[in-house]
Amino acid sequence: MKNSTAIEFRQVNKWFGKLHVLRDFSLKIDPGEVVVVCGPSGSGKSTLIRCVNRLEPIQSGEIIVLGESITQPGVNLSSLRARVGIVFQSFNLFPHMTALENIMLAPVKVRGLTRDEAEKTARALLERVGIPEKANNYPANLSGGQQQRVAIARALAMQPAIMLFDEPTSALDPEMINEVLDVMTDLAKEGMTMIVITHEMGFAKRVARRIVFMDEGQVIEEGGPDSFFDAPKFDRTRQFLSKILSH
Amino acid sequence: MRGRWRGVKYDFDWSVLWSGESGGWLLQGILTTLEISALAWLLAVALGILSGAMRTVPFAPLRAIATFYVEFFRNVPILVWMFFWYFGVPPLLPHAIRDWLFNHGAEFWAGMFALGVYHGARMSEVIRSGIQSIPKTQFEASMAMGLTVWQAYWLVIVPVALRLIVPPATNESLNLLKNSSVALTISVAELTFQTRQIETYTAKAIEALTAGTLIYLVLCVSIAIIMARIERRFAIPGLIARVGAG
Repeated sequence: MKNSTAIEFRQVNKWFGKLHVLRDFSLKIDPGEVVVVCGPSGSGKSTLIRCVNRLEPIQSGEIIVLGESITQPGVNLSSLRARVGIVFQSFNLFPHMTALENIMLAPVKVRGLTRDEAEKTARALLERVGIPEKANNYPANLSGGQQQRVAIARALAMQPAIMLFDEPTSALDPEMINEVLDVMTDLAKEGMTMIVITHEMGFAKRVARRIVFMDEGQVIEEGGPDSFFDAPKFDRTRQFLSKILSH
Repeated sequence: MRGRWRGVKYDFDWSVLWSGESGGWLLQGILTTLEISALAWLLAVALGILSGAMRTVPFAPLRAIATFYVEFFRNVPILVWMFFWYFGVPPLLPHAIRDWLFNHGAEFWAGMFALGVYHGARMSEVIRSGIQSIPKTQFEASMAMGLTVWQAYWLVIVPVALRLIVPPATNESLNLLKNSSVALTISVAELTFQTRQIETYTAKAIEALTAGTLIYLVLCVSIAIIMARIERRFAIPGLIARVGAG
């Protein structure tokens, strides 16, 4: 990759009406870096990653993705979104399509692949996330963990350079969390640039290169997993960690 | 057959329904009713999907146009629309088109547009309610993978919405077929028109109306059965928990 920075937030401000969700938010993420973002609910985590593929507009500041400012007018949203995959908490698979069709949709309609090419890729991706036998199942006939793995495969089908995860395991039963985290761990090992919002601190310790703790739209503390968990500098971080690590 | 109710004598003669020209009239009436209803239905569904979807898109001008269409056309009686399309519209058309129309059943086309545009406005609300019952996250997921707004509607939102609204859309379709009878007021020779013609020629009102009633009933029940099959055939596993009907 020719860019030295994958994603850069420069003094980003975002409001929902009167609610100031992101406050002068600045952060740089290197190519191949895995960043875990955590923080209390309402701290602006989801909004932060939704700004990266312009699902949310910002009011001031600048966001640069893969060397291109995406907050200028006239940005090609389709090509931006093709390079930035996102996985949602609630999976958001299309209920009237099988797993295979869900994965094939964007490659055929956005990238212009033939159905044969797209199907080949889709089957390979289902293999990669460990459920090749579920190709013809509809989302309603898959477990939560399987649905989320299909959703990851669907995002990967666009061959993105960056993957965003918005609490990918929060809606899952405990026994299904690991099957999803395993897929994400593999992805990280292969060098994917990832921002992951999660409270799975075990995953953060093992996989993240950096952990960012956010509150009220700002970075409170950031660091490598060792310093972040073993020697947090700020009280607010310690309080938060004690709450989520105690259970 | 003879009957006697409270001193009123009425001689039933069911043969009026097939003797003379009656049989041909009834058959013509059924065909015309089906033709005008089928064409109007296609128009109503097209307008309904288009305007129903437009009322939910993130562009205010499109929403405004669709809202105007719906409120304007559903809030005037269908009878008035029949007169409007038959008496009001042709004088506004160029000569050549007007002449062609009056040589090719202008009343049929006026009736078809009246029915289609009126029921399109009502169908629009059915489709809008279907679209609005789909979680917003489905639209977001479509956008996030790079689809355009048009593609998101065409490939995801509308196909799911259409599957959800089969029961109310059936209702609306049956209303359309029954409202085609109003076209007799602009001399479309549909089923009700023909039963009245039989009544006029034979003075057998009960027989003629009975025939009309039964024929409408059979047509509507058949459509309801077909729609119930469509509903089952296209049901989304898990999304539509149980398919009743039929």
